[in-house]
Amino acid sequence: MSFLNNAITGVSLGSIYAIIALGYTMVYGIAKMLNFAHGDVIMVGAYVCFLAMGSLGLPPLAGVLLAVVVCTALGIAIERLAYKPLRSAPSLAVLITAIGVSYLLQNSAQLLWGADTKTFTPIVGTDQESRLWLVPGQLSISYVAILSVVCCVVVMIALALFTGRTKMGKAMRACSEDKGAAQLMGIDVNTTISVTFAIGSALAAIAGVLMCSAYPVLSPTTGSLPGIRAFTAAVFGGIGSIPGALLGGILLGVIETFAKAYISTDLSDAVVFAVLIIVLLVRPAGLMGKYVPEKV
Amino acid sequence: MLNVNDINVYYGAIHAIKGVSFQVNDGEVVTLIGANGAGKSTILNTVCGLLRSRTGSVEFLGQDLAGIPAHKLVERGLAHVPEGRRIFQHMTVEENLEMGAYTQPRSSVDPNLERVFEQFPRLKERRRQVAGTLSGGEQQMLAMGRGLMSDPKLLMLDEPSMGLAPILVEQIFDIIKRLHQAGTTILLVEQNARMALSVADRGYVLETGKIVATGTGDDLLHDEAVKKAYLGG
Repeated sequence: MSFLNNAITGVSLGSIYAIIALGYTMVYGIAKMLNFAHGDVIMVGAYVCFLAMGSLGLPPLAGVLLAVVVCTALGIAIERLAYKPLRSAPSLAVLITAIGVSYLLQNSAQLLWGADTKTFTPIVGTDQESRLWLVPGQLSISYVAILSVVCCVVVMIALALFTGRTKMGKAMRACSEDKGAAQLMGIDVNTTISVTFAIGSALAAIAGVLMCSAYPVLSPTTGSLPGIRAFTAAVFGGIGSIPGALLGGILLGVIETFAKAYISTDLSDAVVFAVLIIVLLVRPAGLMGKYVPEKV
Repeated sequence: MLNVNDINVYYGAIHAIKGVSFQVNDGEVVTLIGANGAGKSTILNTVCGLLRSRTGSVEFLGQDLAGIPAHKLVERGLAHVPEGRRIFQHMTVEENLEMGAYTQPRSSVDPNLERVFEQFPRLKERRRQVAGTLSGGEQQMLAMGRGLMSDPKLLMLDEPSMGLAPILVEQIFDIIKRLHQAGTTILLVEQNARMALSVADRGYVLETGKIVATGTGDDLLHDEAVKKAYLGG
């Protein structure tokens, strides 16, 4: 039973990682940059939802929506102000800028909301009552876990339809392959990059709320560790690949939970990274990273 | 239709294009020929706004193109099939063609698709195939078909025969002839001077950034100097 309980915890945690990893992987796919500030957008999303529910007294759903709106705007603003001027700069300059934006967000949060840890109000109950009992007294799923998995599935399906069926989604894939050629088709590359950041940041807001509902502590550095783990998940699955982000996220969540349960709580991150290194040694492009041989 | 007037293009300190002027008239096939490094692709990239000229002007349908970003040119009727084809390898044939019609209203995508499939039946057979798995010749057809999807007034082809087997080169030039007969205006940049001149109404010979000869395709094909330099004697 404890094995199944751990598996459930792992999958739900993995679903949250997957939603965050999508933001990394989509931005990398199109802008070829690692947006290390992505994790801190999660934190901003969680704060917005927390304050909306606490100080403004809004219902949970309105809090989540407000967080999504704020993070979307924040994502677009970060891209426009920090990354767009560096479009033709060396990738190292962009990387350092991203790290700078990450610290800026953390320090701004500290200034605005204080450095103390807040207790997040979960958007669905987390007490012993708010669980779905599969085997009474032994096997259960919390409502937050169910919500996380459902969100992850819905997001995945929506993104698959968006990139596969819509004009904007296809333009996004075209830009991720060859920006110059996309421009010759009449695609506005800057707009496409903005939309990608908008989607990634909206997902970060959702992930932030889910994360803080499952583990209800909130501080200005809340986003950084999940951000790095989700980045790992994106690389694990194959950075640039959307299904890869899903697979990487879920696997990472499950490995982390099992490592905590059966090996050592303190070593769980080390185990996760050991597995990552082994995977990358065998498949350098990640589990679902694709190589299509180029014909000339 | 296209009026290029005294353009000078630099790569840093290198003066790549030195005062080049040429015209393309409605319904014509005009070719720019020249050896590697003569500046052929640089001229095309300047016309389509990826590079900028320090002097002169590029006029298309009577309008100056200065300051118009590259992605705005397609809707004005200028399609550029780039060197090396640059199709979207991971997307299907049909999706590649849809991207070619990105600026077109939804209602004209299907008729344009039918027109391109008529021109390139092979693409219709492979419409659901991922473009990266096509052969080199098919990829060139796809790149040209993608250019035609925007229903362009001027089609610019950059080295369409590059890297293709001789039989496929013949096929590509047959297609160019057919497009010409159907009334498409084409600016063709080629290293394969003999083939290019044989399908072109007029040609310009380019040497280290300057136009050194011009005339009808036939005249240049029989010009002694051109023969010696570009057609192998």
